Amino acid sequence: MKAKGAFLPDIVAFCCAQSAYQAADTAGSMRITYPENIRVIRVPCAGRVDVLHILRAFEKGADGVLVLGCHEEACRHLSGNIRAKNRVQRVNTLLQEVGIDGKRVEMFTLAPNQGSRFARIANEVNERIKELGPSPVKSGA
Amino acid sequence: MIVAERKPLEDIREMIAGYKKILIVGCGTCVTICWAGGEKEVAVLSSQLRLASKKDGNELEILEATIERQCEKELVEALKDKVQQVEAVLSMGCGAGVQPIAEIFPDMPVYPALNTTFVGMPEGEGVWVETCRACGDCFLDKTGGICPIVRCAKGLLNGPCGGTNNGKCEIDSEKDCAWTLIYRRLEQQGRLDAMRKYYPPRNFQAVIRPGKVETLPA
Repeated sequence: MKAKGAFLPDIVAFCCAQSAYQAADTAGSMRITYPENIRVIRVPCAGRVDVLHILRAFEKGADGVLVLGCHEEACRHLSGNIRAKNRVQRVNTLLQEVGIDGKRVEMFTLAPNQGSRFARIANEVNERIKELGPSPVKSGA
Repeated sequence: MIVAERKPLEDIREMIAGYKKILIVGCGTCVTICWAGGEKEVAVLSSQLRLASKKDGNELEILEATIERQCEKELVEALKDKVQQVEAVLSMGCGAGVQPIAEIFPDMPVYPALNTTFVGMPEGEGVWVETCRACGDCFLDKTGGICPIVRCAKGLLNGPCGGTNNGKCEIDSEKDCAWTLIYRRLEQQGRLDAMRKYYPPRNFQAVIRPGKVETLPA
């Protein structure tokens, strides 16, 4: 187990290819840094992210999960972002039932040109998860 | 269809406490439709149980299987290979699904992960309502296809009672008065004469419990 001061959370970010993934790219082009412990997974739409994808990320040792999709009314697949929002809420409840803080999973919406917003979300979530500490599921945590 | 709800995780964990390897069995019919015990719900429950046991530092291996119907012995028998590998079975079927598994594998402890609630139908996305009490003496021919035994709070055969209030029930102002619905339906069909008839008390022994129906294929 890492010393508490050195805790670097594993955060999985499911990023919609139409918005958040491009926003991460924009952040890179703009030379805006964001924490290297955010692992970006490109998905065709936030609506592709299933409850099970999120749960399995926690099973595999994630300390936090982010679902990033398009702004409401801007989903290329019409309602993928709304579906994702509902699923994140559902996972929130499922985690609480297990005894894991539901705040470890969050959803945000952004546009492809919002590189700085992407970095800000990444930084804020990173700080929040650091405060929560390692996931209680991690062995030895 | 049969509607069920999953038991709270805490109750399920208490049932399977002490086992190191279990099989969770889903059912592909009614409880899949009502999002309580299909393939997806089996995967979600397994994930939750794995997370909870890892959190508490317990070892738990889970096998998963979803069969078309748990209430048919022939289909349940196909679980034999998996059942032989585990210490206990957690059924995500209705009560009529748990029992065939327990009967076919009598040496195996079988636990229910669901509470079977009623026979009903979907009212909207994610909402199911009770529509049939399975009483064995169907009354729907007289009531325009609306069952007062289930949908009237008092189960009246000669309604409405004095508590009907602008189409709502005195027990719950959110709930429709079944007999108002029946009146409107019969009015629509020009069958209001059915409202004027008196119906004597029902035969409550139409089905001797436990029920059994013997028939031959058509």
